[in-house]
Amino acid sequence: MADATVTPAAAPRSERSLPRIKGRAVVMTLYLLFLMLPIYWLVNMSLKTNAEILGTFSLWPQDLTFQNYATILTDPSWYMGYVNSIIYVTMNTVISVAVALPAAYAFSRYSFVGDKHLFFWLLTNRMAPPAVFALPFFQLYSSVGLFDTHIAVALAHTLFNVPLAVWILEGFMRGVPKEIDETAYIDGYGFGRFFVKIFMPLIASGIGVAAFFCFMFSWVELLLSRTLTSVEAKPIAATMTRTVSASGLDWGVLAAAGVLTIIPGALVIYFVRNYIAKGFALGRV
Amino acid sequence: MEKTLNQKAWLLVLPVLVLVSFSAVIPLMTVVNYAIQDAFAGEFYPLENKFEWFSMLLESERMWSALGRQAAFSAIILAIEVPLGIIVALNMPKRGAWASFCLVVMSLPLLIPWNVVGTIWQIFGRVDIGLLGYVLDSLNIPYNYTQDFLSAWGTVIVMDVWHWTSLVALLAYAGLQSIPDAYYQAAKIDQASRWKVFRYIELPKMSGVLTIAILLRFMDSFKIYTEPFVLTGGGPGNATTFLSIDLVKMALGQFDLGPAAAFSIMYFLVILLISWVFYTVMTNLDKKDGV
Repeated sequence: MADATVTPAAAPRSERSLPRIKGRAVVMTLYLLFLMLPIYWLVNMSLKTNAEILGTFSLWPQDLTFQNYATILTDPSWYMGYVNSIIYVTMNTVISVAVALPAAYAFSRYSFVGDKHLFFWLLTNRMAPPAVFALPFFQLYSSVGLFDTHIAVALAHTLFNVPLAVWILEGFMRGVPKEIDETAYIDGYGFGRFFVKIFMPLIASGIGVAAFFCFMFSWVELLLSRTLTSVEAKPIAATMTRTVSASGLDWGVLAAAGVLTIIPGALVIYFVRNYIAKGFALGRV
Repeated sequence: MEKTLNQKAWLLVLPVLVLVSFSAVIPLMTVVNYAIQDAFAGEFYPLENKFEWFSMLLESERMWSALGRQAAFSAIILAIEVPLGIIVALNMPKRGAWASFCLVVMSLPLLIPWNVVGTIWQIFGRVDIGLLGYVLDSLNIPYNYTQDFLSAWGTVIVMDVWHWTSLVALLAYAGLQSIPDAYYQAAKIDQASRWKVFRYIELPKMSGVLTIAILLRFMDSFKIYTEPFVLTGGGPGNATTFLSIDLVKMALGQFDLGPAAAFSIMYFLVILLISWVFYTVMTNLDKKDGV
């Protein structure tokens, strides 16, 4: 069973194995095509002038232009949106993973009063609709003077990212045998040194997965980040919505901005491509 | 794993507790505060009947119809995404460059900001400039997602399938990857049919990750806001006004803070209740199967 051409179920009847392999490829090709077409269309639009978008219908740009990208990359009110997004996403990822690590360790190793309830309560925050929190967050962060700062958005996003990080890390930590902890304590390691020097390297892939998910959910969220910012920390996603309403239908620039928001995610995926499947299972396979 | 009883573990949980209290408990208390008082121009006035907003909403047709649309939406997308995700996972190559390629392309929609997902489909579905709209229009199929009820629903659902099926597929794929070859060899010796291999080997092994997939998809679809808001703005009429869209309209659009807060609390409770039922049923099923 060394490669994909041997499909376990079709193996008994070898005369059927050939069409089945083709069936696999067809299903996958159709699915990937379905995923790629809308993205291709966005890229296609971003490389056309507005006159061409509205004037003619073509499957690829007849009159290739990079003007839409130039507009975005030379205008601070556009490109600062990307900078802001990246700043608060990074802050959120660091905060979420840092506080989730000890908590996940506690949940995976110890039982204590109210642990199960606490765990479910944490998960309820992952379930909470952001729309419920938009207005109270606005008032809370305004009253403590954090409105329109990166840290406000980063803290707001911990609402759903911390529970998720705890959940993921707990899954990975459960896979590490407890004997390792006990041996380290017998060898005279204190908790802090054991945790950083021995335990964290063992669950490095889990930390990576948790960081990936925190990045992902903070990057794609719009409602809270838009509510909590006005100018200084405005995320790119919000910049896009404003520009649509203000300048009417500048489809080319809108499409280019969309393409540029896909790139950071694509880069992250490329770097973690070998861990994706395991990562999405949250360490629970 | 046997867990040691240790109350000091609370200290390890403390940072999370403080942080989540700040970002969840305080705002939630504000919501409760609004829900049982009359807020007007920054001042609070006590209500005669503490539950006035709740009873008002429970009697209003508006909330029930939004809830109905929401439930229909979540049911439809779960019914499509879970089987489709499993089919895709079963057909994915197990290793090699083609497998990496599939993984990368499939993850791509998951990392696109939600409003950009809305924008992509807004453009893609337009009759004049979008591929989908243009093709349907030239086939003489009546299609216009801003005007027509069925088109709007169809587009919102296809958009969600496009956006999230990969999550289910990736989870199911990870579950399949963990099945040892010995299981398949045993099935081969027993001459098990393809269906039986799926039913008795692959499905039980996937049940854990499928639980996660269904829970995540249910919770996220039930609080969907950005994508349909960008695509249809809740229209035509109220056809795609789901709970979150209605709530934001009420709270930030009309500034009806009292009713909106009461709405929030009931909305949250519904999600909580259904998720709890899901969670309990599925973890019990897991225990019964001994997985």
